[in-house]
Amino acid sequence: MGTIAPPKFELKMGAATRDAYGKALAELGRTNPNVVVLDADLAKSTKTNVFAKEFPNRFFTCGIAEADMVGIAGGLAEAGKIPFASSFSVFLMCKGFDQMRVAVALPKVNAKFVGSHGGISIGEDGPSQMSVEDYALACGLAGFSVMSPADEVSTRALVFRAAEHKGPIYMRVGRPKVPVIYDAKDDNFQIGKARVLIEGSDVALIGCGIMTAECLRAAETLAAEGISAMVVDMHTLKPLDTAAVAAACRTGAIVTAEEHLLDGGLGSQVARAAAATSPVPIEYVGIHDTYAESATPEELLEKYGLTAKEVVAAARRVLKRKR
Amino acid sequence: MNGNLPELKRIANRMRHNIVKMIGAAGSGHPGGSLSATELVAALFFKVMRHDPKKPAWPDRDRFILSKGHACPVLYCAYAEAGYIDPALLMTLRKLGSPLQGHPDRRFLPILEASTGSLGNGLSIGMGMALAGRLDQKDYRVYVMLGDGECQEGQVWEAAMFAGYHKLDNLCAIVDYNKIQLDDWVAKILDLEPLAAKWESFGWRTLTIDGNNMQKVLDAFEQAKMTSGKPTVIIANTIKGKGVSFMENNVEFHGAAPNPDQVKKALEELDKEAAVLA
Ligand SMILES: Cc1ncc(C[n+]2csc(CCOP(=O)(O)OP(=O)(O)O)c2C)c(N)n1
Repeated sequence: MGTIAPPKFELKMGAATRDAYGKALAELGRTNPNVVVLDADLAKSTKTNVFAKEFPNRFFTCGIAEADMVGIAGGLAEAGKIPFASSFSVFLMCKGFDQMRVAVALPKVNAKFVGSHGGISIGEDGPSQMSVEDYALACGLAGFSVMSPADEVSTRALVFRAAEHKGPIYMRVGRPKVPVIYDAKDDNFQIGKARVLIEGSDVALIGCGIMTAECLRAAETLAAEGISAMVVDMHTLKPLDTAAVAAACRTGAIVTAEEHLLDGGLGSQVARAAAATSPVPIEYVGIHDTYAESATPEELLEKYGLTAKEVVAAARRVLKRKR
Repeated sequence: MNGNLPELKRIANRMRHNIVKMIGAAGSGHPGGSLSATELVAALFFKVMRHDPKKPAWPDRDRFILSKGHACPVLYCAYAEAGYIDPALLMTLRKLGSPLQGHPDRRFLPILEASTGSLGNGLSIGMGMALAGRLDQKDYRVYVMLGDGECQEGQVWEAAMFAGYHKLDNLCAIVDYNKIQLDDWVAKILDLEPLAAKWESFGWRTLTIDGNNMQKVLDAFEQAKMTSGKPTVIIANTIKGKGVSFMENNVEFHGAAPNPDQVKKALEELDKEAAVLA
């Protein structure tokens, strides 16, 4: 077992990733006149209202009509604009899926979709407003890049990378405030390039979205038990950083952690990549084939098993299976 | 159930009390669109619909679907008032383990006719029930309440076209036309006008009324029942936040809970109204 103490992450509470998105979008608007923003009557919640205030003539509210909004984004992109379209991730992906396929993925146009209120950490509004399948849906669109940043710093950077990237993007951002993981000046983010937050030798914890911070907390608990855990922030689910997965495999055991159904999300992506190189035992932290309910975000994360404690338990299980 | 006009007004007032209290206790929720729809929902449950709280699964019952699911406090209050659920449950709204979820969810409350909350879905589901009723030669009626903002969803108009074409006269849609959606006024986001003409052109009988006037609401539902050969839509002009002065026509109270002071103030206003109605 490893003995080197892992670097400490303070994990001070920062902004919600949706707030970081809103701010970054306005910043982007100042330098890129081609950016056009669309929303579907949720601008106050997705934070596209920050952009709307500053650039009212480059902002369009489409009404409560997500499918139409996605189609409009496809047309704007065809005509040379860089549309960013937002709603709650569940409405964006579920109501706009056919339009994303036909008007965006098939012609492979340069449209960006950012869904807020991802996962179950929205709390009291309940499952009709929660996306637990958006990673799977977005990964199922050929040619899309799919991201789920963990904090405000990486969100800002990845919004800029999304605008620079030629091609369709889906990004999930969240409702609650989340801890800051990266240094405020850190801009070293690339689509499809994971960040190794802690090097480790016994097991690799791979997270995305709010679960990255839980992996960091889990690593600390494991370190106290003498277990050296590598922690990877897999902010991009597709294209997946297969080199990072190969490095994770070299520890001999992997745990994935995501605020998403276990079907078709981060765990599935990592397992496929691992199996293609040097398969190792993997345990999966995520939502087990169900929808959540109304309660506080903390209660839900506890009940549906999306905590550092669950990551630690999964690590112990996978270490037992390690060859 | 067969309330007379003064009693129906008192029921609506009691429901408004509970809407304010329960959303206040929950600390989140949607008061505006619950308060605008109170007369409409009270009329349905306590005069218009054929139903029996002792037999919630009665196959011949009339059905009510709240397609604008975020306004579920008004529906939960009607269930409590009618005896479908224990009124004490109202104060558990949105809490872990409560059957009164933030949006209607049949997994937790089976008496609901549909799980809603993703806008645009309810009319299609109600239409399926109306079609089944016709196939089974049953005479139950289906009522579906839509938000005005919700009418921006394409699915609403796909459903409207189908119901008109199939002359589903056992179906009645109600648009709670409170003029406000989430971000702003409907006319500033994406205007629906001419709304009645749109429904008419899809083959519906349209009745435009003051949806906060109980007598007008009762009259409209009565006319809808007598209509044969077409579905009816009641375009109910209402006031968002109706009954609480500082919530009325206030975009901020679409999806914000009143704080304890605001709850107190709102209840005082509703008490005054109750005294007049007593
Ligand atoms: C498909 C979908 N998109 C967005 C939302 C988020 N949302 C909840 S309420 C609301 C506004 C609804 O306005 P309206 O239909 O006019 O309802 P009311 O004013 O009666 O509350 C929105 C956009 C949703 N619930 N479903």
